[in-house]
Amino acid sequence: MLTIRNLHARVAGREILRGIDLSIRFGEVHAIMGPNGSGKSTLARVLAGHPEYEVTAGEVTFEGEDLLAMDPETRARIGVFMAFQYPVEIPGVNNAYFLKAALNTVRKHRGEEELDAMEFMTLVRDRMKQLDMDEDFLNRPVNDGFSGGEKKRNEIFQMAVLEPKLAVLDETDSGLDIDALRVVASGVNAMRNADRSFLVVTHYQRLLNYIVPDVVHVLSDGRIVRSGDKALALELEDKGYGWLEQAVGSPVRELR
Amino acid sequence: MTLPLDHYRTEYARARAGRPRGEGEALARTRDEALGRFLDRGFPTTRQEEWRFTSVAPIAEQAFALARPPAGAGPADVDRLRFHVVCAAELVFVDGHYVPALSTRGALRGSARAGSLAAAVSGHAPNIDPHLARVARDGSAFVALNTAFFADGAYIDVPCGTALEHPIHVLFVSTGQGGDTPVVSHPRVLAVLGDNSQASIVETYAGPDSARYFTNVVTEIVLGEHAVLDHYKVQRESTAAYHVGSIHLRAARSATCSSHSVSLGGAIVRNDVVAVLGGEGGECTLNGLYLADGQRLVDNHTTIDHAMPHCGSREMYRGILADRARGVFNGKIIVRPDAQKTDAKQTNRALLLSEDAQINTKPELEIFANDVKCTHGAAVGQLDEDAVFYLRSRGFGLTDARRMLIHAFLGDVLHRMPLAVIRTSVEHVLERQLARALGAAA
Repeated sequence: MLTIRNLHARVAGREILRGIDLSIRFGEVHAIMGPNGSGKSTLARVLAGHPEYEVTAGEVTFEGEDLLAMDPETRARIGVFMAFQYPVEIPGVNNAYFLKAALNTVRKHRGEEELDAMEFMTLVRDRMKQLDMDEDFLNRPVNDGFSGGEKKRNEIFQMAVLEPKLAVLDETDSGLDIDALRVVASGVNAMRNADRSFLVVTHYQRLLNYIVPDVVHVLSDGRIVRSGDKALALELEDKGYGWLEQAVGSPVRELR
Repeated sequence: MTLPLDHYRTEYARARAGRPRGEGEALARTRDEALGRFLDRGFPTTRQEEWRFTSVAPIAEQAFALARPPAGAGPADVDRLRFHVVCAAELVFVDGHYVPALSTRGALRGSARAGSLAAAVSGHAPNIDPHLARVARDGSAFVALNTAFFADGAYIDVPCGTALEHPIHVLFVSTGQGGDTPVVSHPRVLAVLGDNSQASIVETYAGPDSARYFTNVVTEIVLGEHAVLDHYKVQRESTAAYHVGSIHLRAARSATCSSHSVSLGGAIVRNDVVAVLGGEGGECTLNGLYLADGQRLVDNHTTIDHAMPHCGSREMYRGILADRARGVFNGKIIVRPDAQKTDAKQTNRALLLSEDAQINTKPELEIFANDVKCTHGAAVGQLDEDAVFYLRSRGFGLTDARRMLIHAFLGDVLHRMPLAVIRTSVEHVLERQLARALGAAA
């Protein structure tokens, strides 16, 4: 469903991605691991279309279409979702209003009927239960005054409501305690199916105990230096990123 | 080049001759003095601190003709400006002249009055002598000009102990009559609320799109002890019109007044609000919302004068400036030596939608008492690009994302306006204006 070829990208004049090749099929969960500064989050943001990131070479196709040619909202509408590493606070915009408008925008694009208030509430209540969330949360402004954990949970909640085809989770695990991590992971697992794929960006192996990936990639200095199955993640946890440095002969910065 | 003030001298002589007999000596004298004051001072220039960022040269250089009473039934589009909710009274003025046929006063209760100021003057209504042209006595040259020239306006009298359940809506519509010679109207509003009374009063100013005319309005409000007033001024003039207005508020002991100013139209707009807390325990809220695009200028000058102890004031202004628009905000808070335990808070925030838009914002605190709490804050910024991207990443188009954020920004102050009909009608006008402002910015 997603094919990335020789992707180069830079931000603020600095080249971060230096030739990424990656292919994700329907229903697969891929994990991207790597030390700080290796380009994990850059990859996620480039896929979502962040305007500050400039693609200098390479291509990305999503279901055969040129993803890089699309603006961020089009990507969202055709089913690409990114859970932000740092979700943005939007004071004054009510969560329920925001989510209903977003969902109906996506549904309209898919040629589906827009949901009315009742249908929307039914859907939302179901997803909230899944993620163990309080209903009063709907009446709060988007992310405004949320704790770090609440913000991350809100990202997964949005994903559960918007039902994308491809979900890119950018360090969704960072800042979560173990209970919240379990809730978030079970929310993701509940959404796994043969038509939906995930790209899980994480610094730590811990999350992958709960969201078991089909493929694990290790990113270093803007390139994928190694790919393997879930055992690779355990090996990294065990030996740290230094071990890879020797194995691939290029510098891999140590875990801090 | 400023026109010789002779134009105004001539116009005054003509207006004087045409005045109704019932106006009386006292007001005639007040008007003569006001004209004298205006001719002495002339129009303000940017050399004066109060007008430093606002050049009224285009107003000074134009020989406006005094607006005549409307012929016939008045403009057809008054209906779109009405509130379409129950009002205690809805008074309609066309080019500054009262039109009874378009006005309704059916729901006024008891001895409360709302109607033509000219009629109240002729009929020697009790509040005229003590208050008319006295609350606003020390105003600018524009106030003097209005006092000399006003033909009519609204007179509102809410007697002691009377609480009006429904708002009074005063609607000033300009027709843009006059063709090549643009006209000026000088509407005047006097509202007096007795002790323990309560009312909501809305002033709306509107005119046809792109018509050029000048509205120079003065509002005087007197609040008795424990009176509660919720006052609104909604300025949605033509974007080619000039609007200069001032609101002068005087509150007695334990009175609660809020004045909300919404400024959406006009090529050059100046709004002054002067609130004097003249009795212990008074509360004053000034909220403002403004939007300007194109090359328009909107200037808000507010003064809250804490003259007595234990008074509180809250002030929040929010503005949007697009294209090459300019904004001015000057918020003065005076705390007199007697005004111990004053609690005053002021914030002004402006959002600039383009590189060329600008705002001059200045808090001005004059504190002569030592046991007081006064805070102020001003912030000027652009739309948060991270928030724009966040919204786009959830499927919202660029314009929708920007519009949502602007609405949220203004919502903060809009939601502080208790009257629902104001929120809906302002939202409606904002929607249209934002579409234009964002279209031009994109």
